[in-house]
Amino acid sequence: MMSVRVPPESVAMPTHHPHDELLVDYAAGACGEGEGLFVATHLALCPSCRTRMDVYEHIGGSLLEDVAPEPMSTGSLDAVMAMIGTGESAPEPARAPRPAAQAAGGPPLLPRPLRDYVTGDLAALPWRTVMRGVDTVSLALADRRVRARLLRIRDGVAVPTHTHAGSEYTLVLAGGFTDEHGQYLRGDCAISDQEVTHRPVADLGEDCLCLTVTDAPLKLTGRFSRLLNPFLRKF
Amino acid sequence: MPLDQCIIGLPSLAVGAWKPFYGAMDERLNDKPNGTGGEVSLNDLLVAVGEQRDRTAFAAIFGHFAPRIKAYLMRRGADQQTAEEVVQEVMVTLWRRADRYDPGQADASTWVFTIARNKRIDLLRRERRPELDPDDPALTPAANPAADDVVKATQDAGRIRSALRVLPDEQKELLHMAFFEDKPHSVIATERNLPLGTVKSRIRLAMTRLRKELREEG
Repeated sequence: MMSVRVPPESVAMPTHHPHDELLVDYAAGACGEGEGLFVATHLALCPSCRTRMDVYEHIGGSLLEDVAPEPMSTGSLDAVMAMIGTGESAPEPARAPRPAAQAAGGPPLLPRPLRDYVTGDLAALPWRTVMRGVDTVSLALADRRVRARLLRIRDGVAVPTHTHAGSEYTLVLAGGFTDEHGQYLRGDCAISDQEVTHRPVADLGEDCLCLTVTDAPLKLTGRFSRLLNPFLRKF
Repeated sequence: MPLDQCIIGLPSLAVGAWKPFYGAMDERLNDKPNGTGGEVSLNDLLVAVGEQRDRTAFAAIFGHFAPRIKAYLMRRGADQQTAEEVVQEVMVTLWRRADRYDPGQADASTWVFTIARNKRIDLLRRERRPELDPDDPALTPAANPAADDVVKATQDAGRIRSALRVLPDEQKELLHMAFFEDKPHSVIATERNLPLGTVKSRIRLAMTRLRKELREEG
């Protein structure tokens, strides 16, 4: 009897990726929480950026090898030896599984980094309607300088032409949208700033679900924000 | 790896106490085609910590990495004392997590770097760092599973190092600042008297160049 081999269902790979500076910042530990959430979620959906990230983290490892060492003070190894000698130094348990937030059978819709911010069923979240066919829900970031939201655009709905006061990072999680710059599907990133004006239209057939990360009105993002932050906290 | 670095801060542990161990490592390394000595033995030491909870190997790992992590933290703005406290936390985490270290995935330096980086965010910036979960069922797998292995840790760590060496100085310097100095791109741009766009494009050029070097050598 002939056996029929079914090829594994092909998964579309993202074609719009974050730029290198953002990935390098993430590898270097220079991203804020919001940008970090954006990058980590994209990585889950993009094997080619995972490979890029491997290379960038190896750069960190290489630089660590080459740095001029700062001698530790006498007794510091003894102190650490004492710390690992106690019960608290037992091997660390693996991370606890989180509820899958949807989809029995198939892979969960939301990759892990996002599931840490979205508990329970997507439909049960406190969605707020922005305009007809466009709903949004805020994610609770500890970092108040940026806002992270899920955005749900009903299929076929056009978001009015807009530009951005600061930067806006959009990552498609389901469905897709099309604008002047191309089509964006699951895993694709669109990064806009003041210079970009666009009019995204959700593709037909499925609602478009996105993660968006935007600057607070003061445009405090990434590396620049941390420079100003100590001053702003006083107000 | 200079032997004397491995006993810093541990007067009670003589070099001889772990030398036979190091020697055994060396013998095993001779069987490996691309064994480069230092790095590979660090990988093996880290595996020994994970598998055998080997304290002598841990002391050697401490001797090599603790002063480097301290330098990293100080370069990024921590004072002496804070840096030492964070180093201790990093080393305890390393001890607790070493059983999950996979030398096929990352070389020891890279693995230790990621722990130090995350601890710094956690303890000094007091921020949460969203992380990829490699076991996430939602992970989109590579179309060609081998593609995930393009970067094969041990030999590639060496290749990345030599690729870094051939970068133009201006790109090398920017990468160094990105990883080791707490300076926003905008400040780097001002200091170098460069437009911000140039700083960003140099980082992109450096990455394109690195990826090209890796493809050509691989």
